[in-house]
Amino acid sequence: MKIMGKASRSKVITYGFVIAAFVIVQLLKSSGNISSSLQGQLVPICAYVVMAISLNLTVGVLGELSLGHAGFMSVGAFTGVVACISLESIIPFTILRMTVSIIIGAFSAGVAGTLIGIPVLRLEGDYLAIVTLAFGEIIKNITNCLYVGVDKAGLHVNFLTDATSLNLSEGGRVIIDGPMGISGITKLSTFTMGFALIMVTLFIVLNLIDSRSGRAIMALRDNRIAAESVGIHVTKYKLMAFATSAALAGAAGTLYAMNYSTIIASKFGFNTSILILVFVVLGGLGNIRGSIIAATVLTILPEMLRQFNNYRMVIYAIVLILIMLATNDDNLKGFLSNLRNRLLPSNLRKGKKGAENG
Amino acid sequence: MKKIFCVFISFVLIIGLMSGCGGSDSASSGDGNATGKNEEPVAVAFKLGGTGPLTGGAAIYGNAAKNGAQIAVEEINAQGGIQFELKYEDDEHDAEKAVNAYNKLKDWGIQISLGSVTSTPGVATSAETFSDRIFALTPSASATAVIEGKDNVYQMCFADPNQGSASAQYIVDKKLGTKIAVIYKNDDVYSKGIYNTFASKAKELNLEIVSTTTFTEDSQTDFSVQLANAKSNGADLIFLPMYYTPASLILQQAKSIGYAPKYFGVDGMDGILTLENFDTSLAEGVMLLTPFNADSTDERTVSFVKKYKELFNETPNQFAADGYDCVYAYKEALETAGCTPDMSAAEICEKMVEIFPDITFDGLTGEGVTWAATGEVSKSPKGMVIENGAYVGMD
Repeated sequence: MKIMGKASRSKVITYGFVIAAFVIVQLLKSSGNISSSLQGQLVPICAYVVMAISLNLTVGVLGELSLGHAGFMSVGAFTGVVACISLESIIPFTILRMTVSIIIGAFSAGVAGTLIGIPVLRLEGDYLAIVTLAFGEIIKNITNCLYVGVDKAGLHVNFLTDATSLNLSEGGRVIIDGPMGISGITKLSTFTMGFALIMVTLFIVLNLIDSRSGRAIMALRDNRIAAESVGIHVTKYKLMAFATSAALAGAAGTLYAMNYSTIIASKFGFNTSILILVFVVLGGLGNIRGSIIAATVLTILPEMLRQFNNYRMVIYAIVLILIMLATNDDNLKGFLSNLRNRLLPSNLRKGKKGAENG
Repeated sequence: MKKIFCVFISFVLIIGLMSGCGGSDSASSGDGNATGKNEEPVAVAFKLGGTGPLTGGAAIYGNAAKNGAQIAVEEINAQGGIQFELKYEDDEHDAEKAVNAYNKLKDWGIQISLGSVTSTPGVATSAETFSDRIFALTPSASATAVIEGKDNVYQMCFADPNQGSASAQYIVDKKLGTKIAVIYKNDDVYSKGIYNTFASKAKELNLEIVSTTTFTEDSQTDFSVQLANAKSNGADLIFLPMYYTPASLILQQAKSIGYAPKYFGVDGMDGILTLENFDTSLAEGVMLLTPFNADSTDERTVSFVKKYKELFNETPNQFAADGYDCVYAYKEALETAGCTPDMSAAEICEKMVEIFPDITFDGLTGEGVTWAATGEVSKSPKGMVIENGAYVGMD
């Protein structure tokens, strides 16, 4: 333990925490002690965790408020599914096909992120937030007008008309049918895949934060002028964080979409973007472990509140407010750290303090 | 003082979370029974579950189907014989929530399913019922993707394509119009599905479509552009494959620009006469294809409408009638197959898959209703025209 620095110890704790959660759920699953309700939510939870971690990179680490994160999820979801369906005959092995699709989804979302990032990242603060919001909506509206089909000759893409003008040959299949989205997806996402994606995301994000580039990104967040004066390339580092965040959101999108037999573009609208932002803010800006916990808890919570029927969203909102108040209260924080000081031996406490900063 | 308050809050939260956990745990113990082995021997009622939008923008459809089904369940339970226990979960018209809601129903021990009320969630839940081998009969998820490739998912309503081609056929057969304008909702599965088949059928029948315009969820309040386009192209009939709320605005706005074509709607138009603050004289002469007519004098419909009005203070629309019919269709099928509530969901499912293509069902939404093995319903749409604020059969 002593050889590791604070940062790497924090990383190990985060990885260990995720692995432990995975093992516990797997054990519960194999012993049949898990409700179908929770079991059905495992994959979306994984997808939302990846979304929260990736948005935390933009909002918490880079310090820019993005309100269009679901747009990148959408790009990843649609390209990933299209890739998966068109590769069906080429790669019959499902896990490999799924992996390739996730990579394609991540790549295309990354490209979209870069394209959007170039003009957008010149803005700051509120302006940037509003423009990302607009881009999220643009992506949604474009997918609403997009028609894609596949046949022996390859992919056919059409814009603004309808599925019949794709001119598919015999045996062809319409994949994206405009506002109807994609239906008839074969469910390929599994919890194990979601877990693997979370681990990869953690690996990328934690290592990025802990690298030279990551420190440059955080320097930009803390004081842009000072960072520029010591020669940090503003656009380069901002774009790096933004594109990475977009690519990871794309991967999460593919994972999410492949868990349902249908997806539509309007699912990835403003509301989803805000939902993910809530995960990040609640978990703590820059706090990766917090994002994971917040995304998990807030995805399960509405389902647990189902017994309250029509009042459940009200209760959900109240619980959100209470959690926000409680986690931001200095007295409570002091109480918790006192408790920790009393319970934990002093050498472990040091590690914990390091972890808090990560 | 503040410290005490915080501690108090955190305790409340912890207790809340724990009670939530407890709830799901106790539910999970029932789950093993529902999907695997037999129910407890005391089970007397079939557990019938469905998902639908009970809150949010599409809530009127979900609640209507739920209320209709509830009336049917109460009637059947009062008769003795087969008993049902009905549970609806909210899906907020969203695929993800619908799957969550469906899983919740599985924890409850659902044996037969009413699928989902709307199409997009319907596609998502039907894939789940298919892989879990739970039989589903959806009241109103009309997209073809809902039943496509699934042997145990059936529809009570017409599939969208049927409505489109039936409408085109009807317009040609009755010589209702020669120059047709279509206004449809571009981001709606229902509206677009009907439009697509209407357009291809119209082409086949040489019916001339002179103007095709669209609107979306965000722009469904102003139709001046669409109407001006139809008017300038000289359309004498406007086909409106949409729900009644935007349709009522179209009628209003067409009148205000002095444009009076004929209107032809589909089953989503049903309900326009009961819309609040709507001047029913605007709907005069509007034609529609619908399986259900709340003003019908047929005995069963009259008693259903009366009960519905008593309980829920509104006139039932076709979603309510579809929900009602679903439960009665289940009753008939379960009786014919001799199913008992102690059978597992999978056993009932196999029986239902066998029996459903063979039964003939008389309900509120049609007489002599039959199903193909694909799950598609076959019933004839009734052509209605609105005269003096009431539906009158066109045939």
